[in-house]
Amino acid sequence: MSVLQEISPNVRNMIQLESTVLAIRARQIKEELRQKVRKPYKEVIDVSWGDPHRAGVKPLSFVRQVLSACLYPQLLNSDTLPVDVRQRAQTLLAGCDAGSVGSYTAAAGISEIVCRVSEFITRRDGGVPSYPEHIFISPGSQWALTSILNVLVNSEASPRTGVLTPVPCYSTATLSIMGLGADIVPYYLSEEQGWELQVEELHRALDSAKGACNPVALYVINPGNPTGHVQSRKSMQEVIRLVAEKRLFLLADEVYQDCVYGENSEFVSYKRVLAEMGPPLSDTVELASFHSASKGIMGECGLRGGYVELVNLDPAVMKYIYKLFSTYSCAPVLGQIALDLMMNPPQPGDPSYPLYSEETQHIRSTLAHNVKRVFEVVNSLPCFCCQPVEGGAFAFPRLHLPHKAIEKAKEMGMQPDMFYCVRLLEDAGVLVSPGQDLGQKEDTYHIRFCIMTSEDTMEEALRRLSSFQTQFMKVFS
Amino acid sequence: MSQQAVNGVPCRGKVLTLDNMNPNVRRVEYAVRGVIVQRALQIEKELKEGVKKPFTEVIKANIGDAHAMGQKPITFLRQVLALCSYPDLLEDNKFPEDAKQRARRILQACGGHSIGAYSASQGIECIRQDVARYIEKRDGGISSNPDNIYLSTGASDAIVTMLKLLVCGEGRDRTGVMISIPQYPLYSAALADLAAVQISYYLDEDKCWSLDVAELKRAINAARQHCNPRVLCIINPGNPTGQVQSRQCIEDVIRFAKEEHLFLMADEVYQDNVYAEGCKFHSFKKVLFEMGAEYSSTVEMASFHSTSKCYMGECGFRGGYMEVINMDPEVKAQLTKLVSVRLCPPVPGQALLDLVVNPPQPDEPSYNTFMKERTAVLAALSEKAGLTEKIFNTVPGIICNPVQGAMYTFPRITLPQKAIDKAKEEGLVPDMFYCMRLLEEEGICLVPGSGFGQREGTFHFRMTILPPTEKLKIVLQKIRDYHMRFTQEFS
Repeated sequence: MSVLQEISPNVRNMIQLESTVLAIRARQIKEELRQKVRKPYKEVIDVSWGDPHRAGVKPLSFVRQVLSACLYPQLLNSDTLPVDVRQRAQTLLAGCDAGSVGSYTAAAGISEIVCRVSEFITRRDGGVPSYPEHIFISPGSQWALTSILNVLVNSEASPRTGVLTPVPCYSTATLSIMGLGADIVPYYLSEEQGWELQVEELHRALDSAKGACNPVALYVINPGNPTGHVQSRKSMQEVIRLVAEKRLFLLADEVYQDCVYGENSEFVSYKRVLAEMGPPLSDTVELASFHSASKGIMGECGLRGGYVELVNLDPAVMKYIYKLFSTYSCAPVLGQIALDLMMNPPQPGDPSYPLYSEETQHIRSTLAHNVKRVFEVVNSLPCFCCQPVEGGAFAFPRLHLPHKAIEKAKEMGMQPDMFYCVRLLEDAGVLVSPGQDLGQKEDTYHIRFCIMTSEDTMEEALRRLSSFQTQFMKVFS
Repeated sequence: MSQQAVNGVPCRGKVLTLDNMNPNVRRVEYAVRGVIVQRALQIEKELKEGVKKPFTEVIKANIGDAHAMGQKPITFLRQVLALCSYPDLLEDNKFPEDAKQRARRILQACGGHSIGAYSASQGIECIRQDVARYIEKRDGGISSNPDNIYLSTGASDAIVTMLKLLVCGEGRDRTGVMISIPQYPLYSAALADLAAVQISYYLDEDKCWSLDVAELKRAINAARQHCNPRVLCIINPGNPTGQVQSRQCIEDVIRFAKEEHLFLMADEVYQDNVYAEGCKFHSFKKVLFEMGAEYSSTVEMASFHSTSKCYMGECGFRGGYMEVINMDPEVKAQLTKLVSVRLCPPVPGQALLDLVVNPPQPDEPSYNTFMKERTAVLAALSEKAGLTEKIFNTVPGIICNPVQGAMYTFPRITLPQKAIDKAKEEGLVPDMFYCMRLLEEEGICLVPGSGFGQREGTFHFRMTILPPTEKLKIVLQKIRDYHMRFTQEFS
């Protein structure tokens, strides 16, 4: 008999994602295509992850040149790489023990890089001070989020710890919360208002938790994942007032801060809004803000570089947070370097600036174009509608599925949006995520797909989606 | 919540406090980067600012970081990684063809042909296949299934993931996990964080830190009174002790695990670091399969490896893997679900691991240089292991077991009673008191044995054998002189 019949209930309770099933099938289809099995398409378009490089966006040359020189310092001895690349690599290597990216670093990250992160934050926030001692670099922002949640969640407490979480929300965050033995307290974003966060809904969610669990934190994602909504200053102020009043810890996931497309949208950080609200709020609201090198123009998901900035925390608690981070040694050095490069790109006058500028402009205009095309195309299709994508990496359009389709899905033992995704994959070779993995209002159906792609990939995905949607609606109406 | 008044105006206390934070996190300690290291960093800062000290640099012999101590990266590995990072270099004729070929193959397996794309959570498939083949070769042909390989962010990530999966139960049914004393404190930290029950089994210092099954039996029987023992962790070659377990011992442990229905976690990250004459690394998996089907089809096990140690020393890449053996398929599905929350291990670390399991072959251009560099690193470590044991054993009051493998020495130090009393006065455990003074007087940073666990009434420190040979000689002499001074002062 297996000794592992018993495993952690927290792990068992983590929901099994339908996306996993789709991913497995997608791999099989790719293999079938390799075996020259005939299909209506030549390759699978994978837009299920927020993974720009996978979807055809090119890495930035400056970033990759600096990384290569850090990895193989012999490159510093020749003219192969531009002079500013070499200088930057030299500076970065000087911050590594014995000049090697293979050395461990300080637990919170290379101190010179942490300082520069702090300077970046201050610049970004129009001068609001930021302290290096309150910043921890981690292998991607998810790691930092899980660590901070770990400090907040007492899995043995009764009633259980609760975390207010948006619906919809990308699944990794909800799984992290469940995996730590905390309860999700859902608050619904308003689809009809462009996926706005309405503070009345937060109040309702808190009331619903009474007697069920003990909410300790509010998790917000701005710009939203999957919604792409960019929060207004007013809304953020309401959130801050609420967390102060209800004594909640504010977890602000801001990894898409560089991805803002809406003409009337502007990203402002929770830290800045908090600071501008002045004391006592600015001195007391406890905030963790997360950022990452995985998103934005760089899109370096695979390097695993992210950070958390902690604001107004009890210094005694900070000591334990440091200890917790130290047990994991340190974030991967290349990820730390990627963060640094993201925050300190080439400047006008630098030899690498023209190419850097050209590449980033190209990516930005591609994303703006993609977002426009998605809105146009999806909203022109029958039974399909999409809120404007103001920011972030995804579109999360709503499917108004005909009754026949819903019945067919039931017959097959699937949720309707999963059924749609399965057919979309099989018939059109496009891999997206079903709304059920992210959460949605009952009897509504959505799909999520990445818009941080090359222009060609987006056009092809939309073309296939259009013809599939038209056909699907014909069959099932 | 506590309410204080400031100028008569009531203000509320913090939302997140010591009282309401996760109590498990409060119990986490990790001595390798603990108080003494923080003091060492502070001293380094002071030196930089021009403060005068009896030394000009701090030697950080507290952490198994080979590159930081001057060990050079292996050229081939860095060439391939540079090519993966910036594929334009594939046109550069300064890079050898075998490096280019490896880079192309890795990039082909990455989303969008970029190391910046996420990989599957379990790790890039072709790399897992390569790891499986490496394990088969290492273990004399015993088959390894790539589906049982999970790439991870250093071995630590995989170790913690397994423990997260396994720890459950309430009260007397709470999972007990057997760990050695002394141990690498990641284990005790993870057990504290997960509120698992730590079951300590003592390694035998008088017998070169070997493991005795009788001691395992003693520990588990005592533990059954208050918990449900389900896991046995063993580090081989050992950290901090450096012992390389004999084949007989490994068989005994496997037999014990089967009898007691324990999941075996074999931390084998130092498998290439074996120095002593007569010592050999035996992989737990190989021994398991050679014990026949009765064991090989039933004992459940995970073995862990990393790119941070051995001859590579690439700690900063956070590369590693675990292989799970005989895991229930339903449980494996849960494991796969759990690892997805981390998204994926760093892709450069995965690429590096691929090179470690796929090194240059004799007919390839990079072979000679690669072998030369690898041999030099391992030979230097071997020399330093012997040197360390020799010099420490000339010091009255220091007894040093042979450093059979790994990267550390864990000598036992005799402390005069007066010193023990003085330490108590200052609120420090005696070996921390000893090590702190050494740091202040000589700028050498070690980790006190209390950070790893030791028998009551004994004291040790852990020192790495990583500084370059000439510097190591000086460090050993300084410690010798310090120990004699210390003993004199407190006699």
